Amino acid sequence: MITKVRTHPSQNEALLFERSSPGKKAYQLPDLDVPPVDAAAALGAENVRAAIDGFAEVSEVEAIRHFTRLSTWNYAIDHGMYPLGSCTMKYNPRVNEVVARTDGLAWAHPYQPEALAQGCMETMARLEAILAEITGMDAVTLQPSAGAQGELTGILLIRALLEKRGDPRKKILVPDSAHGTNPATAAIAGYAVENIPSNAAGLLDVSALDRIVTKDVAALMVTNPNTLGVFEENIVQAAEILHAKGAMLYMDGANMNALVGIARPGDFGVDALHLNLHKTFSTPHGGGGPGAGPVAVKTALEPFLPAPRLKRSGKKWAWDYNRKRSIGRVRAFYGNFGVLVRALAYILAHGGPGLRNATVDAVLNANYIRKRLEPYYDLPYSSPSMHEVVFSDARQEPGGVRTGDIAKRLIDYGFHPYTVSFPLIVHGALMIEPTETEGVPELDAFIDAMISIAKEVETDPQLVKEAPYSTRTSRVDEVTAARKPVLRWKPN
Amino acid sequence: MMDACGIDSPEALFAHLPEAVRIKRPLDLPAGISEYEIVEYFRQRAAENGIGYSSFLGAGVYRHFRPVLVDAVVSRGEFLTSYTPYQAEISQGTLTAIFEFQTMICQLTGMDVANASMYDGSTALPEAVLMAARVTGKRRALVARSVHPEYRETLRTYARNAGLQVEEFDYGPESGTIQLEDLDRKMDGATAAVVVQSPNFFGIVDQVKAAGEIAHRAGALLILMFTEAVSLGILEPQPEADIVAGELQSFAISPSYGGPYAGIIATREKFMRQMPGRLVGQTTDSRGNRAFCLTLSTREQHIRRERATSNICTNQALIALMATVFMTVYGKQGLRELAEQNLAKAHYLAGRLKPRFSGGFFNEIAVRLEGRTPEQGNKALLKKKIIGGLPLGRFYPELADSMLLCATEMSRRADMDALAEVLS
Repeated sequence: MITKVRTHPSQNEALLFERSSPGKKAYQLPDLDVPPVDAAAALGAENVRAAIDGFAEVSEVEAIRHFTRLSTWNYAIDHGMYPLGSCTMKYNPRVNEVVARTDGLAWAHPYQPEALAQGCMETMARLEAILAEITGMDAVTLQPSAGAQGELTGILLIRALLEKRGDPRKKILVPDSAHGTNPATAAIAGYAVENIPSNAAGLLDVSALDRIVTKDVAALMVTNPNTLGVFEENIVQAAEILHAKGAMLYMDGANMNALVGIARPGDFGVDALHLNLHKTFSTPHGGGGPGAGPVAVKTALEPFLPAPRLKRSGKKWAWDYNRKRSIGRVRAFYGNFGVLVRALAYILAHGGPGLRNATVDAVLNANYIRKRLEPYYDLPYSSPSMHEVVFSDARQEPGGVRTGDIAKRLIDYGFHPYTVSFPLIVHGALMIEPTETEGVPELDAFIDAMISIAKEVETDPQLVKEAPYSTRTSRVDEVTAARKPVLRWKPN
Repeated sequence: MMDACGIDSPEALFAHLPEAVRIKRPLDLPAGISEYEIVEYFRQRAAENGIGYSSFLGAGVYRHFRPVLVDAVVSRGEFLTSYTPYQAEISQGTLTAIFEFQTMICQLTGMDVANASMYDGSTALPEAVLMAARVTGKRRALVARSVHPEYRETLRTYARNAGLQVEEFDYGPESGTIQLEDLDRKMDGATAAVVVQSPNFFGIVDQVKAAGEIAHRAGALLILMFTEAVSLGILEPQPEADIVAGELQSFAISPSYGGPYAGIIATREKFMRQMPGRLVGQTTDSRGNRAFCLTLSTREQHIRRERATSNICTNQALIALMATVFMTVYGKQGLRELAEQNLAKAHYLAGRLKPRFSGGFFNEIAVRLEGRTPEQGNKALLKKKIIGGLPLGRFYPELADSMLLCATEMSRRADMDALAEVLS
């Protein structure tokens, strides 16, 4: 039975361009306090545009209603549990938003004199030190814009070190359970990708690794816990094999929410890893970004970190651009500072003990879901779960119901779906990550919904296959969207 | 919960971890602090930055007023705390807004398609060059020295490892616009892209059309960059451009010490499938209603893996939404008026100083100081609580006598007068 939600009307709303009418305005500008300038004379008549064709004109109240109506068509953490596996959709504390908008921080220009940027630099230095302690690494760069750019930075660092040793090597190893960004990153960094199969337990096959790591291999990119939510228990041996053969171990830190305060990558042989501050450290996903992807490294990789680096100069912070062995910039300026501020606020709020408690709660929540749903859903790998659990649709598939259908039905029960059909090594995966945010009532409501759907699959599979029913938009035709792309509005 | 899990302590959940990987001590971090203390901590950091200065810095990051509607919209939890809109049925708000964003970027740039955002302008550049390399099958790029220096540095990092050859061509020492002869001389049939920025790093509207003709004659694409998006309100879109890439920070995005901002890539329809990044498309739901969803994802890393057009996953959705609200608030008439105000302010400022170049400029101006270095000029300004311009010698040794100043609608006449008094 659906108890968590019931439907209520949502407003229809046309696109801005369709509700535009000439002459309406939502802006005010002060009167110009200097003489006006003739644009054609200043810039050349050929460079001055006519009116922006099709650009909307609406009033202020129309503008706020437009976006407010759109917002009501979204599900969000603020509505309830968001069990997307590997995405770590935890509560985004509002104090983070407040402090990121502090005037002297939000309006700080990246080129303002260092003497007038000490507060920003201290903020970044403190976050670097904290992330080094959390990961057990020696140095941290905050420059990368998001996880995928963090990966690229990490692989370029490894390439730089190997080049200095005389041979950058040719290949990056990527387990078949990896996020898609890993192989894409390796390719952009100029490496060939070798996908390596997991063993029967869904883990790195260390015995095979010994054979696969040749002189051509630059690094192994591994997610730990992996995308099954399982800790790679042979990680230390894997690191030893790699290091013995002159290769390096890169860790995708997307799943750090399972480890903070419990285990540190620097202690189990990792040479470089990135963190997703928009996952583990609570900065909001915002419908797809912004993120931040700091990279933490061991000493050997430190000389190659992107320039500039923070350095202490007397009692002040300074930017050090004179970094001869640096891989260069991976972006302009210093990083997504506003995101860094939010992450630091989260860390300060929790403190050391609080961060560890969050990890424990996240892992407990995932295991609770696992135990209670195991009687209803197939568990393809029985290895112990950390912060997430992966089921398969093997018990529902014979009735013609797939993981994607169960996910859509979950919407009717008032939840965002889990991650569907990933990792690829599980046929019909249901990947569930509750995070520490959820208490027992919300977890139980989710579990009850999943059990109820499992029963519906047995009694009325068609009901599940055509879900959702309660949304203002029913199943969307993604095939036509890709076949005949309409990527912008045009007047009829 | 622990009963259900069959454990008597949550620590049991970690018992299977090898002893060697466990940390045997608490993290060396202080205990948590209250909300009040957190707010106070960052207030102190802000105070360390210095308060009450007027500023004339631009150089890729601009001080524009942020209409209050922007934060009202992006603070809504439905936008702020939602994930990437893969589940279209419960993400129509974000999807519709991105579709509007893509449309507005097309309207502003004159392109056919625009993506849902890149990290920022500086990373949009290498992504655009890599895209041009895929389209043309060539691996060389010719980049104007008047493109933002940090963007060019970013491009070099990507290029070095992706097997791209990057060379630069010069600007005219008098005009400040690109040197067409230098471009022409360096152009060859192996070139994938010519990159120019307009307004360029010196604030000058550059010779985009002429660069496009040279590029096209040799079978290369023209990539047009911008860092000052407000200029799009007044500058004619360039039909010569094959790819437009840029930075939207000017559209209600706080300077925030360098990020987060939002980049874009827009292009012609024929190059659509070589674009990096997310795209939203229009379709219908099973009841026939208009609906939107993420589309053409076979270009992307989560489907195509090592053969993807880019490794980008998370982009700048909420920042792009800020820009969307900004564009909505200003609209057709307002964006033009805003651009005209910027033009007028910068010309007023320039009238009181000695412009370094002769080219027509939008809201930034390189000025030459006499009798002292830009650093000395800035020092004198700081005493009056004015942050002056960027000393250009930092990136261009030959311009060590000049600084780059910016005036926007937020620059008051009295502050500009005060600056000019110190510098002239």
